Amino acid sequence: MIKIDAKNVDFYYGDFHALKNISMEIEPNTSTAFIGPSGCGKSTFLRLFNRMNDLIPGTRMQGQILIDGRDIYTKSEKVDRLRKNVGMVFQKPNPFPKTIYENVAYGLRVNGIKDENYIEETVVKTLKQVVLWEEVKDKLKESAFALSGGQQQRLCIARALAISPSILLMDEPTSALDPISTSKIEDLIHELKNDYTIVIVTHNMQQAARVSDKTGYFYLGELIEYDNTRKIFTNPEKESTQNYITGRFG
Amino acid sequence: MAPIQHLGNIDKRKRASQKIAFGFFSFLSYLVVAILFVILGFIILKGASVISWDFLTQAPSEGMTSGGIFPAIVGTLYLVIGSSLISFPIGIMSGIYMNEYATNGKLIRFIRIMTNNLSGVPSVVFGLFGMSLFVSTLGWGDSIIAGSFTLALMSLPLIIRTTEEALKSIDDSFRHGSLALGATKLQTIRRVVLPMAFPNIITGLILSIGRVSGETAPILFTVAAYFLPQLPKSIFDQCMALPYHLYVISTSGTDIEASRGMAYGTALVLIVIVLLVNLLANALRSYFAKKVKMN
Amino acid sequence: MRKFIEKLVEGGLLISGSVSSFTILLIIVFLFKEATGLFNSPEVEEGYVLAVNPENPVEHLSPEQIMDVFDANITNWADLNGKNQDILVFRLSDLTNYYTEEELGDEFQYVPEKINELIHKEPGIIAFFPEQYQAENFQGKIISGATIKPSEFFGGTKWYPTSTPAPIFGLIPLLLGTLLVSIGAIVLSLPFGIAVAIYLAEIANTRTRNFLKPVIELLAGIPSVVYGFFGLVVIVPLIQKTLNLPVGETAFAGSVVLAIMALPTIITVAEDAMRTTPRAMKEASLALGATQWQTIYKVIIPYSISGITSAVVLGIGRAIGETMAVLMVTGNAAVIPTSFFEPVRTIPATIAAELGEAPAGGAHYQALFLLGAVLFLITLSLSIAVEYISSKRKI
Repeated sequence: MIKIDAKNVDFYYGDFHALKNISMEIEPNTSTAFIGPSGCGKSTFLRLFNRMNDLIPGTRMQGQILIDGRDIYTKSEKVDRLRKNVGMVFQKPNPFPKTIYENVAYGLRVNGIKDENYIEETVVKTLKQVVLWEEVKDKLKESAFALSGGQQQRLCIARALAISPSILLMDEPTSALDPISTSKIEDLIHELKNDYTIVIVTHNMQQAARVSDKTGYFYLGELIEYDNTRKIFTNPEKESTQNYITGRFG
Repeated sequence: MAPIQHLGNIDKRKRASQKIAFGFFSFLSYLVVAILFVILGFIILKGASVISWDFLTQAPSEGMTSGGIFPAIVGTLYLVIGSSLISFPIGIMSGIYMNEYATNGKLIRFIRIMTNNLSGVPSVVFGLFGMSLFVSTLGWGDSIIAGSFTLALMSLPLIIRTTEEALKSIDDSFRHGSLALGATKLQTIRRVVLPMAFPNIITGLILSIGRVSGETAPILFTVAAYFLPQLPKSIFDQCMALPYHLYVISTSGTDIEASRGMAYGTALVLIVIVLLVNLLANALRSYFAKKVKMN
Repeated sequence: MRKFIEKLVEGGLLISGSVSSFTILLIIVFLFKEATGLFNSPEVEEGYVLAVNPENPVEHLSPEQIMDVFDANITNWADLNGKNQDILVFRLSDLTNYYTEEELGDEFQYVPEKINELIHKEPGIIAFFPEQYQAENFQGKIISGATIKPSEFFGGTKWYPTSTPAPIFGLIPLLLGTLLVSIGAIVLSLPFGIAVAIYLAEIANTRTRNFLKPVIELLAGIPSVVYGFFGLVVIVPLIQKTLNLPVGETAFAGSVVLAIMALPTIITVAEDAMRTTPRAMKEASLALGATQWQTIYKVIIPYSISGITSAVVLGIGRAIGETMAVLMVTGNAAVIPTSFFEPVRTIPATIAAELGEAPAGGAHYQALFLLGAVLFLITLSLSIAVEYISSKRKI
């Protein structure tokens, strides 16, 4: 079974043709990395999976994206329900100006959960899941801004996990973090991919090699190569991929 | 972990509450538009029948019940010109100083707070102040010059702020480019920065003209006259003014009911000035915005 | 040479830059110079004397008591901590009731003497007459020596600036009138203002926004006297008819007009505040399945709350200082308001209406400047509050 199935996707920012005829199949409970130089379209492609690009005026999409076999770009698709199923972690940690507890509880509350016991259980469980519990258990009522950048990003992951999505999109989640925080998050991704389908955009090729099962290489809006990570990093088919991986440009 | 079903039921409710909220907000927004159109429409409708060439070019007669509002138009024109001559240079220079020269953070902050405070001072307090300083202490009496100074001080904050914003919007790279060619700071400001900021500064100036031509309270005790048989001859004369004229004939004329026609006409003239000023400002803004885009 | 010109220009710019600060300073100096003069002014009209019989134990009467006596609301000295004795009010014009014209002399040269005599003779008398008629060997007891006290102004509940013998300058009714009208205006315009701000910042598409923004700017540009005129000819009669009131010029009418006038300020400032919410924060909320509306009230409004508060405070400041429109529609009755549907008088309206008639330098003139100073201090503290709120952002 295929989790995410993109078929002949084209995407435009106004007149700019940002994604060109991209097709890709992503299997459930795997981790997939998108790599490529800046502006190659990898983040844009990622943001199509939870329709985040809808928020940008003047954009247009052609083709189909199916999640669990259902086209998510039909008129009847409810975007809020889609996004509940497809969690997202952003480039910079972006906690809300609320307490640590309320940050994690936010997704539950906006989705109508009022049972405070259930919320508390979930908050504790997800904070443990992202290995943040020990660090914050005594300051759940403090502002999330008081945490370090790495902790904030793990909090944002916990926030996304709290509403039990089946897919987790990560848009360069460690680019703003120090090496120690980065390795903690990478360990976490390893854990999470047993339960979630993870798609991660990264600038860092070692990271892609470490955390992903499959890797897609994007260049100028095209998907140049998409294969098992090991194959991409040891024996890529295309010369362009080879050049990028070996650091000849990018 | 199966709260997904749990979460299912809320969807309809939260979408419905969004629909209601957004519907309500757009309703209120259009209600505000409706209020504006009711006010404009009412005054235009009632005033249009009064406006004529004679109304605009003749003096009032028969105790403000017939004739025109020419002296009030001229008076407002004098006050606009007088106050602009004072406020434009001071306001623009002040804005330039704040954005281009002042380096002391505390001083800038202090001046900015003071400017903000000045913009919060009620117009009637400006009237009191103008009366005490210009009319009494300096001995200018009720005069065009006293009124102009009072109005100028009142419109300063607006001009300073728009000038500052206009200058701030110009990227530093232009300044550095000019300075790198050996131009002095003053030359850079005069030849590079000001020409680029000019359209936005002009917009601020035009809006301040709109403000000045409609203000009543500051001129109440510094210049405005109920009725003058002849036009002012010097800057130390009193003059009539449109907003004061409208106030007087609609509240305390000799025969308020008979003056209503003239009041509608005066209100319409004031509204037309405001409309023109806003149109002009908007037109300039979009014209120059396009020009910048093309470059 | 060139360097010299640069320095010169910079100096000129610095001077211009300091004009606004200097103006604030001048406003304070001139306002307070005139205003504090009030407390050196005599309670009784300048140039006049108020005197009683020398046996009368009463030493001093407050302006309000004086008014009650001369309006015959108080008729016995016992009510004023005196003896149980009827009060006999005497004005200069009453003199002919006691003496013939011959007795007063062809040039009224005997008037001082006769007044003196009368005061001496009548134990219950209270006499009000010009200083020039005070006899050299005056034997009455003058009770008009006191000056106006701050407590009488700031705690006074009556505003009768032209009452004789003693004008009454009480701030309270005007202050309450101002607050009533302004708070009413904010209550009316707040829901509109915030709703439109939300609509503009988060909901409206670019085209709608490009239509609404100029409309709101236009609303801000209409002169207050035109709002006042519109209020006078449309809103006031409408209120009178629909609510079946004796007069339409009420605090409510003022609030309605002010509400419309405060709208642009509230909308613009609140919208700007909401626009500062980082996109990342909005996206985070939407990515969790929140609807746009949930994102607005759970993330954007809490994030921009200090800016929204500033908008409200600025709106209140505008409303409190607004003069002409309020003057034209509130009926201007200087009494302590008991209802929203009665005429009231605000501080700015009082200044605008009365300054023209108050002789320069007199107590009334000074009292109006003191009102201006009070108004200035209120709006200044609101400006400072805004400054404080916006400097203290975020959690």
